[in-house]
Amino acid sequence: MSVLVNSDTRLLVQGITGKSGSFHSSACRKYGTNIVAGVTPGRGGELFEAAVPVFDTVGEAVHQTGANATMIFVPPPFAADSILEAADAGIPLIVAITEGIPVRDMMRVKAALQGRDVTLIGPNCPGIITPEQCKIGIMPGYIHKPGRIGVISRSGTLTYEAVWQLSSRGHGQSTCIGIGGDPIHGLTHRQAAELFTADPDTDAFILIGEIGGSEEEEAAAWIKDHCDKPVAAFIAGATAPPGRRMGHAGAIVAGGKGTAEAKIEAMREAGIAVAATPAEMAETLLKQLP
Amino acid sequence: MNIHEFQAKELFDRYGVATPAGKVATTPEAAADAARAIPGKVVVKAQIHAGGRGKGTFTNGFEGGVHLCDTAEQAGEIAANMLGQTLVTHQTGPEGKLVRQVLVAKAVDIASEFYLAVLMDRATERPVVVASPEGGVDIEEVAASRPEAITREPVDPLLGLQPFQARKIAAGLGLPSDKIAAAAKLILSLHELFASCDCSMVEINPLVLTTEGEVLALDAKFNFDDNALYRHPEIAALRDPEEEDPREVEASKFHLNYIGLDGDIACMVNGAGLAMATMDIIKHFGGEPANFLDVGGGASEDQVTQAFRILTEDPNVKAILVNIFGGIMKCDVIAQGIINAAKSIQLKVPLVVRLEGTNVEQGRDLLAASGLDIIAADDLADAAAKVVKAA
Repeated sequence: MSVLVNSDTRLLVQGITGKSGSFHSSACRKYGTNIVAGVTPGRGGELFEAAVPVFDTVGEAVHQTGANATMIFVPPPFAADSILEAADAGIPLIVAITEGIPVRDMMRVKAALQGRDVTLIGPNCPGIITPEQCKIGIMPGYIHKPGRIGVISRSGTLTYEAVWQLSSRGHGQSTCIGIGGDPIHGLTHRQAAELFTADPDTDAFILIGEIGGSEEEEAAAWIKDHCDKPVAAFIAGATAPPGRRMGHAGAIVAGGKGTAEAKIEAMREAGIAVAATPAEMAETLLKQLP
Repeated sequence: MNIHEFQAKELFDRYGVATPAGKVATTPEAAADAARAIPGKVVVKAQIHAGGRGKGTFTNGFEGGVHLCDTAEQAGEIAANMLGQTLVTHQTGPEGKLVRQVLVAKAVDIASEFYLAVLMDRATERPVVVASPEGGVDIEEVAASRPEAITREPVDPLLGLQPFQARKIAAGLGLPSDKIAAAAKLILSLHELFASCDCSMVEINPLVLTTEGEVLALDAKFNFDDNALYRHPEIAALRDPEEEDPREVEASKFHLNYIGLDGDIACMVNGAGLAMATMDIIKHFGGEPANFLDVGGGASEDQVTQAFRILTEDPNVKAILVNIFGGIMKCDVIAQGIINAAKSIQLKVPLVVRLEGTNVEQGRDLLAASGLDIIAADDLADAAAKVVKAA
């Protein structure tokens, strides 16, 4: 088992011929991800790395290859359209890596996806990986080890830090999910926590949040009532000045809301062990294990 | 990105959000002319981004950045005292801000004040119109002391704000019946502006009913979605680099994500989350970060060199921490950038480097072979402890 992706995942890449798209598609294939198709409008009929057929539309790619997940590298002005195209073609898992999509576009995408059976991860995220089975995204594959710890995070490199701490202490990961740093995005902390709680092959998980919004509080409230597995958390941005966007579009304390203090308090309230520093994310979780 | 009050007024004018008549001026003569074109009294307002202008003091001793004037000549004299002078308010810091424009606007007699804003609500993933009959005061205080005085009207993400909603909001403000149509029109225009310009927030505080019966926006605050500026070149052009931290302006030229802070430990990190976490751990070990700096996922050697130069130009900096988790970014590229920068700018403060991830061995070898005086750190905690000790 694992969460959302495994060795049966048949991946499509939207924007496979672009600079980042081709670089990371290549890295995912080397890792062992089964990339069955690419889409770049106007480039249909080509082969990526002499092996992966490129199509003009997502619908055609799904029809021909049976792709059941997509990774999006399309530039920001066209990315919202690409997400809608993937949903329209019936792909159940959409991973949007693209950074810099306008909030208004994501608002409309989320409204359009309401009530449809599709999971969107991202945008502005590192992706999702089930070690040694399927890597969808831009994370360095080699730091991951197969195992039974889940990782959920809004940030890229901070996730790598947590994974590295786990792997170097001999603890592998079931699945690691980067949910993305934008204010309006797909899979939430709470939804990811639900997936790991339900997964029989995940024993415990780390939740990495940051300032801005209220998702960490919502996840904490859900965990308090529904999750018996050990959970550790870290919240980045305790020292961030209010009103400033800290790199991620969503990482901002505005109007006194979304502070690290409030999130840490909510986590503790829910019985979650909170790491005092980012250097102790793995240790904090491992101490909770039986 | 912030904009000036006169620019906000121009945006309001374009979208039909009613404001008092007025004009921006860059010389005392132009200010007097602008005042002459407006019947009755005028207000002359210094144009800087910071708040607290009315109670501010110019470095030439002139009191107040907002003045009521009876005549055009007086408006010209007031403008002469403001233009080219530096205004200090509680938000500008002691160095103040240079005033290069003044807004000359019709003075209105206020019958009542309200609060009105449209903002993007992340929790519900849609815009929300926030309104309150308690205007002209700090809305955070109203929210804390009298939350029932604030109404929130959600906007359907696909339909937009509907006229009935605008009327409902106007009625909720307690406006007289014969003013509801005018207020509803202003609210709809404000939402149209919010949506068309990809704002993340537009706030009018106060919205006023004048003794002459007009409903007008007296002041405005805008926030724009930076990710959407590519499709609004006219709004991107409103950016005033003179109002921003020069270090941040310099960093943005090289596509570096930099935010200046008051501490003395500079840090350079890849990734926004890890950069925030690095600031946090510096603080945890008793230090104060001098900045947030995210060099991004795939920075080039040149960007690293520039980042290093910007960090070392800050006179407050007593030590530097480089924390890189190489994913896409390779540790040897970072190492080469550090070596280039350290050689071209004579490094005078201690440098702690923590590298992990892709090509970490090559990176560490490069640094060790460079002959530079670098304090190597094993992990994040070790790095933070060492840099705090060195500062």
